[in-house]
Amino acid sequence: MISLVWVALGGFLGACTRFIISTWGNKKFHPILPRVTLFINVSGSFLLGLLVGGAWNENLYTFLGTGFMGAYTTFSTFNMENVQLIKKREWKVLFVYVVGSYGLGILFAGIGFYGGTWMKG
Amino acid sequence: MNFWAVGLFGSVGAILRFLIERWTAAWWSSPFPWGTLLINLLGCLVLGWFSTWTYSRSNLPAWLRLSIGTGLIGSFTTFSTFSVETITLLQAQLLEMALLYVLLSMAGGIVFSWLGYQIYRRQSHRKIRRVRPL
Repeated sequence: MISLVWVALGGFLGACTRFIISTWGNKKFHPILPRVTLFINVSGSFLLGLLVGGAWNENLYTFLGTGFMGAYTTFSTFNMENVQLIKKREWKVLFVYVVGSYGLGILFAGIGFYGGTWMKG
Repeated sequence: MNFWAVGLFGSVGAILRFLIERWTAAWWSSPFPWGTLLINLLGCLVLGWFSTWTYSRSNLPAWLRLSIGTGLIGSFTTFSTFSVETITLLQAQLLEMALLYVLLSMAGGIVFSWLGYQIYRRQSHRKIRRVRPL
């Protein structure tokens, strides 16, 4: 039951952070490549990797990992943006966005994971 | 206003994800992350439908559109868990499983978002046909 409170609190903050960054970012840049979601997903993957690699205590993981990072990063918006690129027939941008998101996301999750393991010693 | 609504719906999305993850982990004792895949693909289907539906509903208040699309569904699905789970699979030397997970997410995400979008289009076409007698 207490973990539900941690998830809810983390989810609230994660969703708000994503909302603030994307509102600000989409006003500042008007690119065809959705770089704001890319930044959010890659940075979140790195931070979650750091958290999992460090194997800190469980409540912290529930709050920051499942709650915050889970809500901060998004898979559905990313794929909606892919569909919009398909509708616009922007194949090159689609390719860069998909490969960039998965490649950088997994790479940075790995760097974070090893960083976390190293920090833990 | 928008800010609080997105946060509140975001926490509901995170709780739903947490519960489904727990439920699937109890059902399938496989290292393959079925829970996250299910959550992410379901979220894509719903957002694909919802964002196309709201596009034709200009009278829908912005806070409601944002809190369901950005808040609820955005927080329900997750990219960071996906990336870290891929690393965990690689770490456990389950290379084929990791590859399968990435490919299913990659193809499934696009297919399910597209499907959600198409479902709405079919619905609206049917409505138009009903209104205009042939």
